[in-house]
Amino acid sequence: MKRRDFLKAAAGAALCGAGTAAQARPNLQPAEKAVGMLYDSTLCIGCKACVAKCKEVNHMPPVIEGDQTTWDSARGLSAKTLNVIKVYKNGTAASKDVEVNGFCFEKRSCMHCVDPACVSVCPVTAMRRNPLTGIVTHHPEVCIGCRNCMMGCPYDVPQFEYNKTFGQIQKCQMCNQAGVERIDKGQMTGCAEVCPTGATLFGPRKALLAEAKRRMTLKPGEIYNYPRGDVSKPYSHHEKVVPAYLPHIWGEKEAGGTNVMHISAIPFDKLGMPPLGERSPASIAEGVQHTLYKYMALPAIALAGLTYVVHHNTDDDNEGGES
Amino acid sequence: MSVHKPLGGRILTAPFIFFGIIFLIGLYFMAQRFIYGMGAVSNLNGGFAWGIWVVYDVVIGTALACGGYALAFTVYIFNKGQYHPLVRPAILASLLGYAMGGFGAFFDMGRWWQFYEIFLPWNWNFNSVMLEVGLCVTAYILVLVLEFSPAYLEKIGAKRLLKTLNKLLFLFIALGMLLPTMHQSSLGSLLIVMGYKVNPLWQTWQFQPLLALLSALTMGFSIVIFEASFSTVGFRRASETPLLAGLGKIILGLLISFLLVRTVLLVVQGNLGHLFAGDRASLLYVIETALFLIPVFILASPVNRNHGGRLLIAAVSMLLGGALYRFDAFLFTLNPGVGYRYFPSVPEIMVTLGIVSLEIMAYLVLVKTLPVLHREEHA
Ligand code: SF4
Ligand code: SF4
Repeated sequence: MKRRDFLKAAAGAALCGAGTAAQARPNLQPAEKAVGMLYDSTLCIGCKACVAKCKEVNHMPPVIEGDQTTWDSARGLSAKTLNVIKVYKNGTAASKDVEVNGFCFEKRSCMHCVDPACVSVCPVTAMRRNPLTGIVTHHPEVCIGCRNCMMGCPYDVPQFEYNKTFGQIQKCQMCNQAGVERIDKGQMTGCAEVCPTGATLFGPRKALLAEAKRRMTLKPGEIYNYPRGDVSKPYSHHEKVVPAYLPHIWGEKEAGGTNVMHISAIPFDKLGMPPLGERSPASIAEGVQHTLYKYMALPAIALAGLTYVVHHNTDDDNEGGES
Repeated sequence: MSVHKPLGGRILTAPFIFFGIIFLIGLYFMAQRFIYGMGAVSNLNGGFAWGIWVVYDVVIGTALACGGYALAFTVYIFNKGQYHPLVRPAILASLLGYAMGGFGAFFDMGRWWQFYEIFLPWNWNFNSVMLEVGLCVTAYILVLVLEFSPAYLEKIGAKRLLKTLNKLLFLFIALGMLLPTMHQSSLGSLLIVMGYKVNPLWQTWQFQPLLALLSALTMGFSIVIFEASFSTVGFRRASETPLLAGLGKIILGLLISFLLVRTVLLVVQGNLGHLFAGDRASLLYVIETALFLIPVFILASPVNRNHGGRLLIAAVSMLLGGALYRFDAFLFTLNPGVGYRYFPSVPEIMVTLGIVSLEIMAYLVLVKTLPVLHREEHA
């Protein structure tokens, strides 16, 4: 191969690489028996029972601000708070579930993405999506602490313990981490179990999605019998007037979808949800990576070409007598 | 015999002591980082998990260390043997730059005590760009050690080993071109999965690796010019301008490709509007583009290319442009979501300055004691 040809081939390969990457893999599909949660913001009364229960399950201390000690006053997710209830307030904040001069609550915890970025980026497979349940777990015993999962997560969920000498990543593992295994034992998540209004509902993703879609079809003002606990076997129900739901199930499609889904009467961007499209960024990144590194073919060809040319040219140097 | 020789002279000069003091301050804070955790010295938080330690020390630092990589292409692919004298100092600078990047990655690692987990094949996640970066940078540091080792072997007079090494050197040189191509482009790919967090002016999706690579090559050539000019002034050696002028043409091509690809993408990906938003991001984009355009104008004229001073201005402008491109994408315009802010703490900055000082000190010592710079008569 002549040098010129080699350069042409190299440039061609680079362009092909950039071009074919456009046909990256599609989004991952929900796990077969995916479990998740449905958070209905209109049912949430902001009692934070779920926050307290989450701390209990994960052995984490409450965050106390100032001298009030009645509530956990964590304002956002952190390595000590894996689940938090936030408040949306506008103007006079007079009525619930109204965008202008209204208020509502919003839950923040791991969304358990169908196509999780944290799993895709982790170099050492310390973030794993359970192939059966779709639950995204973290495994500190192999984690190197590069924090790429934090940068990749669109919801800023994984949190590193910066203030410990030997810190680790913390995130919600849907109460199914080793030693807890509530889901494996046939229980539901802690937060869903204690939720007094069924705002946080546990269950199979399919059933939750069906429930969410059903609520979208209800007419505001009607009475609906809301389930509590696990959507597939609720431990009780309560009747409530149906609010004016927005026709948007967050997590049905966002960035490939999530197993934890939200519905609300107030637009999600107002509630702090990120601007996501339907395509999962992980699928694009992996497409590029696998186009360039499939079977290490491109690097191998490049190395062969480079070795040949370098060998050829350094020989020239030697014949020329380098000095 | 070698065409290179040690510069000689005193080690403990005033600049050396100055850098030594900065290094010691950095060392103090680094000790704190290991004793009390990263939070004790850095302003990293839940949204900005990567601060200057990653973005400067690793992402920018290794791009600045691409001199050896860029020059290898010139000498061994384009077969421009006349640049050979520049290779060894460039390899040394690359080695030190990458060593700094590797070290930076280590003390930035939240769980550094189990860093080796990334080298265990059964842990590997082949979807991960970070895996490619981690392994490939490590491999390249080893290759750089081998590529630089003749300088040391010449000094201790290990003739046999030197001969064997020289026979195999072509393989390491080839690897020394392949590996940076891989990880420098991957450093750009890291941005893809960050999706909306990366400002639209910098989020080029599947073109991230191409742009990262083009800019890394530009920075590599610029640093060769910068270092050569600097050692001319700093060590009062004969000028290497005629030699460097030729590099100008290659850089011109790279710069134009980079600017072209970026501009086309801005239009095609529908982000032109963001350029006229008049916000901080658009301003940074304009400054960046200007820093890339200045050298285009300078290098377009052959007269300027042969003018040492102007060549240096072009090189510095490109280095700043390339560094800013990375800073902007990873840090300055990053938006991890409401509520998160980041500005490096003083200790954080001191750690980075300390590491850079160590790098400069090592360079000064090595060019004085090992045959690195070429002899004057060959200039
Ligand atoms: S929300 Fe974040 S942490 Fe949870 S699965 Fe998705 S990417 Fe991972
Ligand atoms: S911090 Fe740990 S879990 Fe997160 S990407 Fe890095 S190695 Fe994986």
